[in-house]
Amino acid sequence: MTTIESPMNRVGRLMVDQPLVPLTLILLALIAVLAILNPAILSMFWVSNTLKIAIPLAMLAACQTLTMLTGGIDLSAGTAATIAAYVTATATPLIGAPGAIGIAMCCALAIGAVNGIGVAFARVHPLIMTLGTGLIATGCLLVYQRSVISTGTIYPEVLVWLGTGRTFGLPNGLVLFVPFAALILWAQRRTGFGRLLYAVGSNEAAARLSGVRVWQVHLALYSLSGVIAGLSGLLYLGMVKTASLSLALPLDLPSVAAAVIGGTSIFGGRGGYGGTILGALILTVLTTMLTLMQIPEGGRRILFGLIILLVTALYIRLTDRS
Amino acid sequence: MRRMIEANAWTAGLAVLLVLLLAATKLIQPEFGVSGLDSVARSALPFAFATLAMAVVIISGGIDLSVAAMMAVASVTAAVLMDGATDGQAVVVVLAVLALGAVMGAINGSLIVVTRVPDIVVTLAMLFVWQGVALLILNAPGGAAAPWLRALAVGGVTLPGVPPALTEWIPKALVFLLVAVAVIWLPIRRAKLGLMFHAVGSDALAAFRSGVPVGRTRIAAYAVCGVFAALGGLSVTMSTGIGEPIPGPYLLASVAAAVLGGVVLGGGRGGLVGPILAVFVLRLVRLDLTLLSVDPNVAAIIEGTIMVAVVMFGAVLATRGRHA
Repeated sequence: MTTIESPMNRVGRLMVDQPLVPLTLILLALIAVLAILNPAILSMFWVSNTLKIAIPLAMLAACQTLTMLTGGIDLSAGTAATIAAYVTATATPLIGAPGAIGIAMCCALAIGAVNGIGVAFARVHPLIMTLGTGLIATGCLLVYQRSVISTGTIYPEVLVWLGTGRTFGLPNGLVLFVPFAALILWAQRRTGFGRLLYAVGSNEAAARLSGVRVWQVHLALYSLSGVIAGLSGLLYLGMVKTASLSLALPLDLPSVAAAVIGGTSIFGGRGGYGGTILGALILTVLTTMLTLMQIPEGGRRILFGLIILLVTALYIRLTDRS
Repeated sequence: MRRMIEANAWTAGLAVLLVLLLAATKLIQPEFGVSGLDSVARSALPFAFATLAMAVVIISGGIDLSVAAMMAVASVTAAVLMDGATDGQAVVVVLAVLALGAVMGAINGSLIVVTRVPDIVVTLAMLFVWQGVALLILNAPGGAAAPWLRALAVGGVTLPGVPPALTEWIPKALVFLLVAVAVIWLPIRRAKLGLMFHAVGSDALAAFRSGVPVGRTRIAAYAVCGVFAALGGLSVTMSTGIGEPIPGPYLLASVAAAVLGGVVLGGGRGGLVGPILAVFVLRLVRLDLTLLSVDPNVAAIIEGTIMVAVVMFGAVLATRGRHA
């Protein structure tokens, strides 16, 4: 070691190279604060409940993480999740659960594919494109809602079991989430598709010049993102057991925040799903804390917005220096 | 010179399109007349200001996703402060809200310049912050608007000394819009600042080397954007009489109208006349769909598709321009 690193530099390098370590520390610190605020809250039941709430958020944040790796974002994820949930709940009485779930996932896939086409071929900024498809899809949902208003809603048993059931004190949602997370974590590092995401995000021109067909990556990525959003919508439906037109929309902002906190760069090329899972847990604990302190909804939004801004600014500082 | 003709050709084309749409509206609904024109102008007012706000930042090379949220903040602030205020106090409130808009915009701009985080991320984060602020000020729609302010946007123009028949067909809302643009934008355009907006928008590095204070110009552009957003929020309060804490669907609509109005995404090109025309074109399309008794939700889908198509088309053009 010839150069003497300042503590700030060392912390910075740690945060950039190993974001999981400081994130775990932050999570533990938040839980400690929570324990001081209300010692009675910490129990096995609370842990299980926190996990249950964090799972749909973490899944929706997977859409943001994967799209952010290429420098994009998916603001239609909340809408896709809502549509999948609503279609499932209202179509089940007519055609049974498997058919309804199938149709719902096709809708989510369609939204993702439209995003992919816009981003891949028309080169629209993903933010604007996904915002637009979200808007159009919401319109379609309203039209659909009027045609099925009388059928009533049924929540498939499987989803309710996944969303609310517990086994050995742990939420059943983990049955879906653990393989899902393992698959994403494996795919992002060990498969060609995962590496392509990082390549396109770090330097799209270089990726294109080395023979990557960037449009294929975008098309596949946004379609995948739609499917993941649909899945998380189904899970969320099982959890809250209400089919409303704005079911998963409140998760839109936290899902972006979870990915950003987890160390995924919004400019692409850096980050991963591991951090995002911790980010989702941190946000869930933080929300519990804000509820305990009786902060109104407005204050919560301000705080989430500031967190996104601060963390992004911090990462820019740190990566500039190292 | 050629570019100027091309730019004006675009605007002229929009104007022709607008006239055609007006004629089409008249064909669909023969009773469409003064009152119809008035309601179109009034409903277009918030969209027009949102589009102007967006156009100014896009011209100077940025984008502001928090326009709709800033409008919500301005709307609720005005409604809360005006509730029970006298006419004199209401004037102060209007000025204060405009100042608030400038401050909100300047905060956005400063954060972009100081943190060096890209504009799209900063304004996305600020979108949530301003939404939160609006909710903290007013949790549910409420408050009130001063009667004279509401009268500013309703009905036709009457001038003392001029026969009413000559001026009555002009909607006050349109005059309000044009006066606001003339007072705020014309002086900036004629001054060095307008040139600096275009310079920073077309090439920030070149502008910096020619001695333009890039950071301060950016902040100024966002502050102007904030003022227009505040006017948009005021016009929401004006037309509904209450403050609305949940942002309306102005974000995508404003980007689409700005692009349709000839403002190039990426910056440096375009004016404010085209976007205003584009707003009216989009509003008339919406009106025609309603008059053709299309289901309002289907109309929303068609409108959304048009807007996305416009933005896609603009993005394709912008990419072509960069390669050429």
